[in-house]
Amino acid sequence: MSRYLLKRILMMVLTLWIIVTLTFSLMHMIPGDPFASESDQLPEQILLNLRAKYNLDEPLPMQYLLYLKSLVMLDLGPSIKSETRGVNDMIKDGFGASALIGLQAIAVALFFGLLFGTIAALNRNTWIDYTAMVMAVLGIAVPSFIMAPLLINYLAIKWPLFPVATLTSWKHSVLPSLALAFGPLAIITRYMRTSMIDVMNQNYIRTAEAKGIPTFLIVIKHGIRNAILPIVTFMGPLIAGLLTGTFVVEKIFAVPGIGKYFVDGIFNRDYPVILGTTVFYSAILVLIIFLIDLAYMFIDPRIKLSSRGR
Amino acid sequence: MAVDQSVNELFRPRAQKADGQIAQMRPSLTHFQQVTRKLVRNKLAMVGLTLIVLLIAMAIIGPHLVPYSYSDQSLLNANQKISSEHWFGTDELGRDMFSRTWYGARISLIIGISAALIDLVIGVTVGGIAGYMAGRGKKGDRIDTIIMRLIEVLYGLPYLLVVIMLMVVMEPGIVTIIIALSATGWVGMARLVRGQILQLKNQEFIMAAQVLGAKFPRILLRHLIPNTIGVIIVNLTFTIPSAIFAESFLSFLGLGVQAPIASWGTMTNDALGVILTGDWWRLFFPALMISLTMFAFNVFGDGLQDALDPRIRE
Amino acid sequence: MADHLLQVENLRVHFKTYGGEVQAVRGVTFHVDRGETLAVVGESGCGKSVTAQAIMGLIPNPPGRIVDGQIRFDGKVITGMNKKELLSVRGAEIGMVFQDPMTALNPTMKVGAQIVEGFVRTHQVSKEEARKKAMEMLRLVGIPDPEKRVDQYPHEFSGGMRQRVVIAIALANNPKLVIADEPTTALDVTIQAQILDLLRELQEKQQLSIVMITHDLGVVAEIAHRAVVMYAGIVVETGKVEDIFANPKHPYTWGLMRSLPRIDGVEKERLVPIEGTPPDLFHPPKGCPFAPRCQFAMEICEQQMPDASTFTAGHQAACWLHDPRAPKLEELVAAGRQT
Repeated sequence: MSRYLLKRILMMVLTLWIIVTLTFSLMHMIPGDPFASESDQLPEQILLNLRAKYNLDEPLPMQYLLYLKSLVMLDLGPSIKSETRGVNDMIKDGFGASALIGLQAIAVALFFGLLFGTIAALNRNTWIDYTAMVMAVLGIAVPSFIMAPLLINYLAIKWPLFPVATLTSWKHSVLPSLALAFGPLAIITRYMRTSMIDVMNQNYIRTAEAKGIPTFLIVIKHGIRNAILPIVTFMGPLIAGLLTGTFVVEKIFAVPGIGKYFVDGIFNRDYPVILGTTVFYSAILVLIIFLIDLAYMFIDPRIKLSSRGR
Repeated sequence: MAVDQSVNELFRPRAQKADGQIAQMRPSLTHFQQVTRKLVRNKLAMVGLTLIVLLIAMAIIGPHLVPYSYSDQSLLNANQKISSEHWFGTDELGRDMFSRTWYGARISLIIGISAALIDLVIGVTVGGIAGYMAGRGKKGDRIDTIIMRLIEVLYGLPYLLVVIMLMVVMEPGIVTIIIALSATGWVGMARLVRGQILQLKNQEFIMAAQVLGAKFPRILLRHLIPNTIGVIIVNLTFTIPSAIFAESFLSFLGLGVQAPIASWGTMTNDALGVILTGDWWRLFFPALMISLTMFAFNVFGDGLQDALDPRIRE
Repeated sequence: MADHLLQVENLRVHFKTYGGEVQAVRGVTFHVDRGETLAVVGESGCGKSVTAQAIMGLIPNPPGRIVDGQIRFDGKVITGMNKKELLSVRGAEIGMVFQDPMTALNPTMKVGAQIVEGFVRTHQVSKEEARKKAMEMLRLVGIPDPEKRVDQYPHEFSGGMRQRVVIAIALANNPKLVIADEPTTALDVTIQAQILDLLRELQEKQQLSIVMITHDLGVVAEIAHRAVVMYAGIVVETGKVEDIFANPKHPYTWGLMRSLPRIDGVEKERLVPIEGTPPDLFHPPKGCPFAPRCQFAMEICEQQMPDASTFTAGHQAACWLHDPRAPKLEELVAAGRQT
């Protein structure tokens, strides 16, 4: 068990290192440097000073090592457009907003996805099932950057239920969370339906029926737990998708989250910010996937044995 | 006839029948027939297929149906409503939305299909090699392990984040988008193919073929490919929409195709402001097209998957 | 009549499928007495498992439905029961043992909890008592070390052990009847014998009635008192096991006997499979369903379904050969050879 954990943690560090190296080399493949566009307007001396400040005068390998060193010290680097505030400050500012929206979206997607999927599976080939499936397909078909303007149009402008733009109260977080939740909700609904249908056809469900357990309890005690198992393995990519979804949702709703800084960084070509936030996002993702794997081991009793056996 | 005869007379040995009449089974269908039959009966999948065909047709002829090109500007005609002149209205530069929408369909389809095909080629090759090598002595196992490690790491990277990084670095354009999308997109296909091949390799009919002395290319051609092709096609019908989605996502972030080229993503992005002004058609058509395309490919893929799944019977 | 624990009368079950309606069970009648083991024998697809599901009230509807007939159990009519009433019979009064122990247990639930799940519902017991009951059941079905086993998961058990757990589940509520649907088919031969011994021992200890569904005449000889031979959804022969083995009356039973390997046989008989395949139950024949495969078939066999003829007490077979008007067997064989 502990050997498995150690192996997993090493894999995590390796993945992160690859991401850092990859993004670092990508960012430095760009011809010129971040100040190239401003070199006409700024005096020579200031440019030199700026380059020195961001270690751009060092040779590339040295820059790489310096960057790794600062990462180990948990410093994600500076921003070029904003001299006083580095990536760490941006993350400190934006993390709360992003996390609130993201976690709410996951919670909504998981709860309703599992619920709708189960209901659809139990009413297979009835209008309930078809309705749920059409909704699910629509949820997959309509990207969050289209869902967001639709929500704003109907639930904020035509029918002003929720405020939008910025994040000054919890009510402001409702629409961004919903816009973000639709896709994953649809995907979870579909997987849960398939998985639940599969589980309900298993022999152990027949055993439970033969014991005289009412259908409702069979679904709760035997169905859902077994049906969730395959869903858990999809959670990693799903959360990765949700995370990239925050970029556009935060931009459209003008939520001051990390995603907005990231997108602004892209628009401004502020490479240190892109680099820093990417590294941060990757770290969060790798950590979440690790946690999901751990959770899986607790949900499925068969996994523990096989990892011990290895 | 039997009715006229007394029952007694029936107590005599039955006339022998031809052998063929002993087994009276209902006519069996070939696998392919069963799959197409199930697919055709799936109404939603057929709706999807129809939409895909229409979409491809309109992508080809759509821009030619109106006298405006996707990039013709006419500031006098900016933000025109839907009319007999401009079937889908015009945008803020007076460009015809009908022409732009179907031009955008071209871009989306070209990107989606090319990315999916590149994924297919790389994925099947790499996955096939890994699957073939696995279990072939120490050296074979090592090659498989190396490929799998690579795949594992790449699979761990968040797909869109990598694509965004690549697009930040590369010159924006159709070709670079395709490159960025397939840079890590093939990993899913490779995993799938390797898994399928490993699973099949252990099955008795493959072993039987090996025992009978069939060479690998023959096994590949006669057994492995026919048995994996279904899963591969299903995967393909899902990679196309996800590539189309990724393109519009990138274009939406300003990392996709550049003006004046129209893409559904850039059109959506351009139209964001109109929520306040009420020029709804500017957002409606590109948004509808993205959603319809995603819908069509997804329901068709689902139908295909169900049709190929022998466990699902009607 | 009233004394029978289980009485199945003229049971008909149809399944709607994509290709039409399958008449899986077409008028089956038999009974089981208290403390008796009845074997239901036949090839796969003959309707024996569907009959078992019908007794449990577990016919999936749709696509299946009981079209006609009645099942009475212990004075109650099962076929007319609503869902709630069925729940009080299932598990509590009739237990069921399934074919494949590898898939019959929930992989994510502890074995002990699975055994007493039904028991806990009908008896208000504490957790302690439930656990004790689970261990008692494990001991009853011969699983060593129940204190440890009760908290383990199914994947930690071997196939034979799992089948013992499945039997423990079936017996946990002290049912009067256990339906065992091919309980040994998925097991190794040595394990098969152990499971059969266990069932026989439990039957004597608990005064159980057992319906043993099997395609294996060896199992029938081993464990059953009486047997029902089914073919294409109908009963072709029924009687005491001794009578059926010593003096089978239906050509299908003869065929089954010949396809049975004999270890003790003095003369080295070849195993003879029955030629041909069972009829299509989408369009069942109007005559005897076995006629197309029967080497003694007469013209009447294809026209009309024979009634059952009675031989000794309870030994019946439905075959035209036993009609007084029928020619002698030798003539039929001779006729068959001529052409």
